[in-house]
Amino acid sequence: MVEATHQPSQALETGESPNRRAWLRFRDNRPAVMASVFLLVLIALALAWPLISSQGEVHSEAQFAAPSGGHWFGTDVHGRDLFGRVLAGTRISLMVGLVGALVSLVIGVLWGATAGFLGGRWDNLLMRTVDVLYSLPSIIFVIVIITTLQEVLERWLQATFGGEGGETARMLLLYAGLGAVSWLTMARIVRGQVLALRERQFVEAARSIGLGTRAILWRHILPNVFGVVIVYLTLTLPAVVLYESFLSYLGLGIQPPGASLGSLIAEGSAQINPIRVYWWMIAFPAGFLAALLMALNFLGDGLRDVFDPKVDKNC
Amino acid sequence: MTLIARLAMRPALYSVAGARAWFCAVSLAYFLRRVATLMPLVLVISFLAFCLVRVAPGGPFDKERAPATPDIERNLKAKYHLDEPLWKQYLRFIGIGFEKRNGEWRAFEGGLVRGDFGPSLKYRNHSVNDIIAQGLPVSLSLGMLSFCFALGFGIPLGVWTAIRRGRWQDHVGSFFSILAVCIPAFVLGPVLIVLLGIKWPVFPVGLWGGPWHVILPAITLGTYFAGKVSRLTREGMSQALHSDFITTARAKGVSERSIILRHALREGLLPVVTYSGPLLADLLVGSFVVENLFQIPGIGVFLVSSSINRDYTMVVGLVILYSVMLLALNLVVDVVYGLLDKRVKYG
Repeated sequence: MVEATHQPSQALETGESPNRRAWLRFRDNRPAVMASVFLLVLIALALAWPLISSQGEVHSEAQFAAPSGGHWFGTDVHGRDLFGRVLAGTRISLMVGLVGALVSLVIGVLWGATAGFLGGRWDNLLMRTVDVLYSLPSIIFVIVIITTLQEVLERWLQATFGGEGGETARMLLLYAGLGAVSWLTMARIVRGQVLALRERQFVEAARSIGLGTRAILWRHILPNVFGVVIVYLTLTLPAVVLYESFLSYLGLGIQPPGASLGSLIAEGSAQINPIRVYWWMIAFPAGFLAALLMALNFLGDGLRDVFDPKVDKNC
Repeated sequence: MTLIARLAMRPALYSVAGARAWFCAVSLAYFLRRVATLMPLVLVISFLAFCLVRVAPGGPFDKERAPATPDIERNLKAKYHLDEPLWKQYLRFIGIGFEKRNGEWRAFEGGLVRGDFGPSLKYRNHSVNDIIAQGLPVSLSLGMLSFCFALGFGIPLGVWTAIRRGRWQDHVGSFFSILAVCIPAFVLGPVLIVLLGIKWPVFPVGLWGGPWHVILPAITLGTYFAGKVSRLTREGMSQALHSDFITTARAKGVSERSIILRHALREGLLPVVTYSGPLLADLLVGSFVVENLFQIPGIGVFLVSSSINRDYTMVVGLVILYSVMLLALNLVVDVVYGLLDKRVKYG
């Protein structure tokens, strides 16, 4: 896609570290850099907007107003400013995606690294479990997790913090549930990597000087898996965001008055009828969702080119 | 194993026909072993699904209007054996075991071993088998069509972006394939309905009838996968185009068209072949969003609604249907993989 100006031989001569080489290669990948700038701006805007304006929560008489100078994105069924709502939704969607991806990272890396490193019977047991989980439809898992734990967690939150714990509980479960269904591929990838690394000489050397299993895993194997994990993490993020928007669309995710991009799209498409189409209620949240997902995908692709340069870029 | 070892000793192996026979014997043994491991796997999956839906709070009769009295609910539970211990319910579901009926010990009737998923707890006049038999053909044909759409658009786009890698054609093509992955069906569906159904009424807006009804849902369902297939093809083709045998073919003066279509494509499509197993399984059991949007009477709607309604038997039936389909398709994928890439060893 982009010419790699920094060949290994050149790097050896100038004495560049692998990380610096990776950074230089990333900097040359224009779509990925543009995507990260876009993401940073979007995150900053989503975080800062509630401090600037509280229009998103204010109900008004102006129901279903088309986009104008006063309301850039128009208003929704309750006369709320859609621009504020979309930014709030972006914030929630990003948060769900980030935490879900991190949960999947922790489970996947631990599971895969344990399986790959222990090998033998343990490997068999752990990976067959992954196979079984793969062949269950994940939507059932999510629904069961959300409904099972909701009551328990809600009660616990009310007892500990008092007041309304329902919304927080639902959000926490959404994070956990989405993480819990998307770690399988991560576990497979990490296992494969660890299996290959385990036979390398530096691991043998570490073992011969008497390092324990845990030290070898933490200090020698996991740092080497880092690149692949980061790449896969950036590719899991959009998947989790998409899944969350699907759940919110079903009514299982974020509940009103809270908003995620998925629930905003659901609200918009509920208003479709043959006589009148409030296009802005779908177009803006959907546009934001698509832009967000595309930026994350470009970033992930860029990072993969950096950490996993299998294909020669000089073609 | 001994059969294979004996086959290997035979001199016939060194002829072309012998090699083919050898390949068939090995893959047949492999195939049979895979089928044999499939059964316990399906059992484990059915057990997991069986427990999972029962772990969730609430039961199938919570939302009923009628059973206001505890008596009615107790009778309902007794009728569907929900008052029995879990292990007995599971054995009854599988259909292996005995119970005392009218003072005599008799074997369980129905059950999974006899191909019977039991009655639906929500739609109580229908058995799960009935509902699947009604909805599956619809979901299957919609899924097949979306699959063809996904491959028909994804593979050419992927090949095109791979051979023009790094040029503007690649950038444009890649942009559209990533865009396709980023637009969820519940956005694309309404947009297509509004534009092609209401504004310019080219296609019918919903329902299930003639071939015209299939097009919008198939596009809605297939677009995401077309994008994904195209990305996979691009990656596989890019790698294939850089391998040594392509360089050799180029050096021998094989035409570019033949290099791409006959040599590189065979290897470049391997990632797509791997992916098409899970993809086809996902498509064939139907999609909640698409069937809901277009009011199509498939079974995709039931997978979500039955787990929300705690329709225990329905959930387990659909999970088994899905996982059997997935496992079978993965098996087919492995065989196709071996046909495309002769270096693959079954073992």
